[in-house]
Amino acid sequence: MDALLFVAAALRISVPYTLAALGATFSERAGVINIALEGIMLNGALGYVLGAHWTGNPWAGIAAAIAAGLLTAWLHAEATIRFRADQITSGIGINLLAAGLTQVVLLAVFDSSSNSTRVVGLPEWRLPGLGDLPGLGPVLAAPLVLATLLAVLFGQAALFRTVFGLRLRSVGERPEAAAALGLSVTLHRYAGVLISGVLAGLAGAWLASEQHYFTDGMTGGRGYIAIAAMIVGKWTPIGAAGACLLFGAAEALQITLQGIHVPSEVLQMLPYVVTMLALAGFIGRAVPPRSLGVPYDPERAS
Amino acid sequence: MTVAAPAASRPAAPRAGRLALVLAAPLGAIAIALAAGAALIAAAGESPLEIYALMLRETLGTGYGLGQTLFKATPLICTGLAVALGFRAGLFNIGAEGQLVVAAFAAALVGVAGRALPATVLLPACIATAALAGAAWAAIPGVLKARFGAHEVINTIMLNFVAFALVAWLGRGLFVAATVHTAEIGPGAVLPRLGGLIAPLRGSPANVAILLALVAAVLVGFLLFRTRLGYELRALGFNAPAAEYGGVSIGRAQVTAMALSGALAGLGGLNFVLGYKHFFELGFSDGVGYMGIAVALVGRNHPLGVVLAALFFGALSYGGLAVNQRVSKEIVDILQAIVILAAICAQPAVERAARRLEG
Repeated sequence: MDALLFVAAALRISVPYTLAALGATFSERAGVINIALEGIMLNGALGYVLGAHWTGNPWAGIAAAIAAGLLTAWLHAEATIRFRADQITSGIGINLLAAGLTQVVLLAVFDSSSNSTRVVGLPEWRLPGLGDLPGLGPVLAAPLVLATLLAVLFGQAALFRTVFGLRLRSVGERPEAAAALGLSVTLHRYAGVLISGVLAGLAGAWLASEQHYFTDGMTGGRGYIAIAAMIVGKWTPIGAAGACLLFGAAEALQITLQGIHVPSEVLQMLPYVVTMLALAGFIGRAVPPRSLGVPYDPERAS
Repeated sequence: MTVAAPAASRPAAPRAGRLALVLAAPLGAIAIALAAGAALIAAAGESPLEIYALMLRETLGTGYGLGQTLFKATPLICTGLAVALGFRAGLFNIGAEGQLVVAAFAAALVGVAGRALPATVLLPACIATAALAGAAWAAIPGVLKARFGAHEVINTIMLNFVAFALVAWLGRGLFVAATVHTAEIGPGAVLPRLGGLIAPLRGSPANVAILLALVAAVLVGFLLFRTRLGYELRALGFNAPAAEYGGVSIGRAQVTAMALSGALAGLGGLNFVLGYKHFFELGFSDGVGYMGIAVALVGRNHPLGVVLAALFFGALSYGGLAVNQRVSKEIVDILQAIVILAAICAQPAVERAARRLEG
């Protein structure tokens, strides 16, 4: 029973990581590095709180979070695809922008630079059967948990079993070849980045819904952990989700142990160290998409 | 994942035209950001002209404001140089933040442990410790890149978080009880305030660390443009295969570049630890490592440009605090972000223009 509760806690913690890492997978498979996830998630969280605050309806919050995520991701897409700006720097710029913007909006709407007023969280759906599972039942009753599990499976199938997925991956590997076959590199790269916007926006919504507040900088580096998980998961949805679950378990362990046996800071380092080992090839070879980070310039394609 | 090589020196084209092309993206970006900021200020119900004038008066119009600007600019010069040096060698060091934190922590420990030592010993020891600790921390992604081909961008980001956690962990046993800071460093390690030397700066936190930062800028310029090593690093950034063909050991040059970059970032921590609070405190870095990217970008990866850009961002940073009564200081964060985004969006177009100009 304790083990099940632990799994449940790990699952709950890993939800925002998984959503964002799934988004990162789509963006990077299309060839666009997305360090902006942190900022997208932060704006998504604020979006949820504003939507829920103004309407009292959590689903309006979800819609607003998706809109905020899309808008932020669109900015990254404009900079990196249309203007061919450096993708890493654009991500960092957007993260700074989100950090500043959310504080200004917080101050304007809630008259506080640190947190919003309390908002309603997402409801629970106790599905017959699933909801009665010992330990796991309450977690699976959270709509976004189930949605996340389905999104991972759906994402894996979409990326590797559909024409769209093949095309998306081809513009991230060899955009010149994709273009020669008549595919729009621009369109598919926008699609990849915008999908990451929806998913990371939802990740932010989950955080805000769980805490019932927006607090300044509440994403706390989760966007970067999501990118790490995507790398450890070798740029596949299921792999990324597995890494997120591992990282979630490490975080759940921190809470369980409360620093009794292992200092919590050491567990905090785990995701980052695991990622560095994976990148160095100690945990299988993590090979990024071939054209990741390279802006596509039809004039220079040969 | 390749990072666009910085535009190195371009032959042909008249000097004035070249300078205009180099400055077009950063200056245009600053103009766009100030315009966007004006719109935000107007939206907040204030007069943009009044706020900007107030910012200018409070930063450059008084000795105290100037001192605050210099104080804010000091770590930015160091992290800007760190990022710029990496860029020149074709490496993107996003880890200046973590390198600075590790270095500041190490320097503070030396400053505390050697508190009885005279300044002639302790001060150089603290400065050298900061540079070495920053270099060692940055050499990790350098080695991982050279040995395993692991991309330095991800590894430097990861190491930032490892650095925060590591320092928090080690600090548990080392911080003054119930605080998140170390004990005070010995008097021998203190970098004096500039106010004691230059009367108008009195009261401001500006200290001798800025002179160290300026010396570092001169040294980086000398290294990059006047030495064999600098030539090799730039060759690596410009065209790695050609550099290798020309006899440059790529792996060794990458590790060297990362270590030097980390040493520069490490010096950025001295402003706070040796020159201001005289202890290390968790969270003091407050994003100056990330801002170093903006500084390098606007400074076009040139030491002189980096110093000027750091002064600009330093003024903006203190200016935001100075007008916080009337518009929230976070508007300044937004301005900084817009400068970054506008500069990188304009850069490819400027580079295309440069190619056309040179036929």
